[in-house]
Amino acid sequence: MSGHVAEAVDRDRGRIGMWLFICTEILLFGGLFLLYSVYRYKNQADFHEASLDLSRFDGTLNTIVLITSSLTAALAVHELRAGRTARTRLLIGATLLLALTFLVVKGFEWAAKFEHGLYPSAPHLLTLPPGQILYFGLYFTMTGLHAIHVIVGMGVFGYGLRSMSKGRVGPERPILIENATLFWHLVDVIWIFLFPLFYLIS
Amino acid sequence: MSDTALEQEGGGRPAREPGYRSYFLVYAALVCLTALTVTSASLNLGRIAIVIVLCIAGTKAVLVLLYFMHLRYEKRLLVSILMPIVVVTLAIFIGLTYTDILFR
Amino acid sequence: MGDTVNEAEGPFFAPQGGKRGILYWLSSTNHKRIGMLYLSLIGFFFATAVVLGVLMRIQMLSPGIRLMDARGYNTLFTLHGIIMIFLVVIPGVPTIFGNFALPMLIGANDMAFPRLNLFSWYLFLTGAVLAAVSVFTNGGAPDTGWTFYVPFSLKTSVNVPLATFAVFVLGMSSILTGINIVTTVHQLRAPGMRFFRMPLSVWGLYSTAWVQILATPIVGITMLLIVVERLFGIGVFDPTKGGDPLLYQHLFWIYSHPAVYIMILPAMGIISDLFPVFSRKNIFGYKMIAFSSLAIASVGSLVWGHHMYVSGQSDTADIVFSLLTFLVAVPSAIKVFNWIATMYKGSIRLEPPFLFALTFVFLFSIGGLSGLFLGALSANVQLHDTYFVVAHFHYIIFGGMGFGMFAALHYWYPKMTGRMYSKATAVLGWLVAFVGFNVFYFPFFIMGWEGMPRRYYAYLPKFAHLQFLSSIGAYVMVAGIALLVGNLLYWARRGEKAPANPWGGATLEWTLPSPAPYENWEEPPDVTRGPYDYTGMEDER
Repeated sequence: MSGHVAEAVDRDRGRIGMWLFICTEILLFGGLFLLYSVYRYKNQADFHEASLDLSRFDGTLNTIVLITSSLTAALAVHELRAGRTARTRLLIGATLLLALTFLVVKGFEWAAKFEHGLYPSAPHLLTLPPGQILYFGLYFTMTGLHAIHVIVGMGVFGYGLRSMSKGRVGPERPILIENATLFWHLVDVIWIFLFPLFYLIS
Repeated sequence: MSDTALEQEGGGRPAREPGYRSYFLVYAALVCLTALTVTSASLNLGRIAIVIVLCIAGTKAVLVLLYFMHLRYEKRLLVSILMPIVVVTLAIFIGLTYTDILFR
Repeated sequence: MGDTVNEAEGPFFAPQGGKRGILYWLSSTNHKRIGMLYLSLIGFFFATAVVLGVLMRIQMLSPGIRLMDARGYNTLFTLHGIIMIFLVVIPGVPTIFGNFALPMLIGANDMAFPRLNLFSWYLFLTGAVLAAVSVFTNGGAPDTGWTFYVPFSLKTSVNVPLATFAVFVLGMSSILTGINIVTTVHQLRAPGMRFFRMPLSVWGLYSTAWVQILATPIVGITMLLIVVERLFGIGVFDPTKGGDPLLYQHLFWIYSHPAVYIMILPAMGIISDLFPVFSRKNIFGYKMIAFSSLAIASVGSLVWGHHMYVSGQSDTADIVFSLLTFLVAVPSAIKVFNWIATMYKGSIRLEPPFLFALTFVFLFSIGGLSGLFLGALSANVQLHDTYFVVAHFHYIIFGGMGFGMFAALHYWYPKMTGRMYSKATAVLGWLVAFVGFNVFYFPFFIMGWEGMPRRYYAYLPKFAHLQFLSSIGAYVMVAGIALLVGNLLYWARRGEKAPANPWGGATLEWTLPSPAPYENWEEPPDVTRGPYDYTGMEDER
């Protein structure tokens, strides 16, 4: 096979594999969304009550932060394909900064919950109606799992930056950055659903 | 920069992808939709609130999938049908579970 | 070929480029080597779980025996189940034969992601080690059954978190294998290898891979939730906090039912390859068999509620799942009919692989038909959680997939080792195992029907005779299996050297030398004939 065709197949291969992996991640969260859906259906009033404890401002801020980081990540790939590696690294850096911002805001949010005694198995939480207990249980589990994915995404980008500086990743071999970005967009999409489901219950 | 840019052959394979303008347009749309969904939440629309909120979220997700993740420009059939497959699968899992939940 | 020693053309298990020994085995990304790595681990786990099963059959030999108390017995069947299901039967065919044979079957040189492949094996090993560690730490092995039902799994003082986390890791390994298989089938087929020219074993592996990708994440999150629930008490399955224990069962079976199709589909695929070879005739209804694999994979993902008829779910759910369960029997039946039809007017050779294939059909049919009893709502009320269920799944998984694995081992043995085993011993071992199997498990149908509950460490005197008979059958079966395995191991380096194509197969792996070379093809082969097209091929009898 000619090198050109081999490379095309190669890049397709990596992208196909990544998309299949993304499917599995969506289904992983899907199980949690299933639980959420059933418990919200059975505890509509409690879920609304509990959601008032969340800061809509923080949630909206984080949503914008993540959407922006998606933009910078997408632009990073665009620049990489165009061969402008300096801009690529800048944009990846911006993505990392925004990701960090997201985590910091989330950290403050969680801290506030702990302070109010709203964490799983907290004595105060256990005095609340079951629907609210479930709400916070799901809140920590789902945003926690999401945060883990944010951290992993940051790690992969960090590794990508290092690989770029070592020449192992570049415009000729962009698959690592492309796949890292696909993963990052997934993290964004999950949050796009988490945000209204936890913060915008009216 | 044109709306869509044809990639160079040197990278290994030609790929169509959005240009800068498209990226920023999609970004603007995402921000607007976020504003929309936040506003709708404070309007207390009752039962249809969840439907509206999910529709907006769905639209945002589709925009990210199609433009940021390049599904709109994907050439491989396998990749293009993955999201519908996942959605159908999840719908089935949740739907069949509801045959239990709704009728107990 | 000149005098130069081209290592890439030598056996895949020989040293390459100075790399040799254990370290090379543990670091090679060659698909055939990785297949053998999986075979070693899985063989070991199988033996361990068989021992656990034998211990159970000693306890049940007669009513008074107390080899272990109730708690001990619970731990035994839990471990037997966890090991057999997560470490043997789910990974079994995809990781051993998927890895070893799939690239050869489609004319490729390796899987799509060789390094990911090796990583999958390490994940598999890690999961196994974690499971082993859970047996000896923090309260010891789980006694919950391999199903980890809440609320017991949340309250029992044994090491459930580590065991369930081990399952999570094993799930990750399975997912990565599935991703590898789908990508390989889509991207690496040789020129001329159209989808409808692929061997049916590839269709089996391919359909399975989709189930691995789409269903495994659900058990992943379910296991994580058990860990999180035990560690933090979030409440999702705890009724005192508003949780619903039945939702656990839904989440668990949403994966674990499709999981049984992960177990059987690849084995069925291999059987579909064997019938044409040993009937020397094209398969009957190629496309129907290919589509039936896809149908089983998809419809099989809709039936999980049939494990929950009597657990408290709604009548509506009961009816819906029962209907869907009856539907999923149809594609399996199609396969059975087509296999039999393939033999009609064929030139049949009763070689050992084919003996296993025939017994596969027989035992799988019994097991499958018993599934219809269980799928019927009224009968299920009596049969749920009895020995009838145990008989059902052992006929299907062991009689089906297990014998299927023996078939595959006896079929591809020359390609793996370059030698032939003793066919006489293989036939003897097969006979002993087959007779033992039926003496062992058929009484379970009867005992279950008469009310013998499963997972009980003791029983009423009325079951004494059948329990005794079963146990004897079990020991006979194990003897047969030992004979089979011993036969394969003994002749691996002593057997007569095998030709490239000892069975007269028309699929691509038989165009390669035996044992398979390290690098399959220098240039991808041009595929012009179908996988079961024997025209122009010499009959090697």
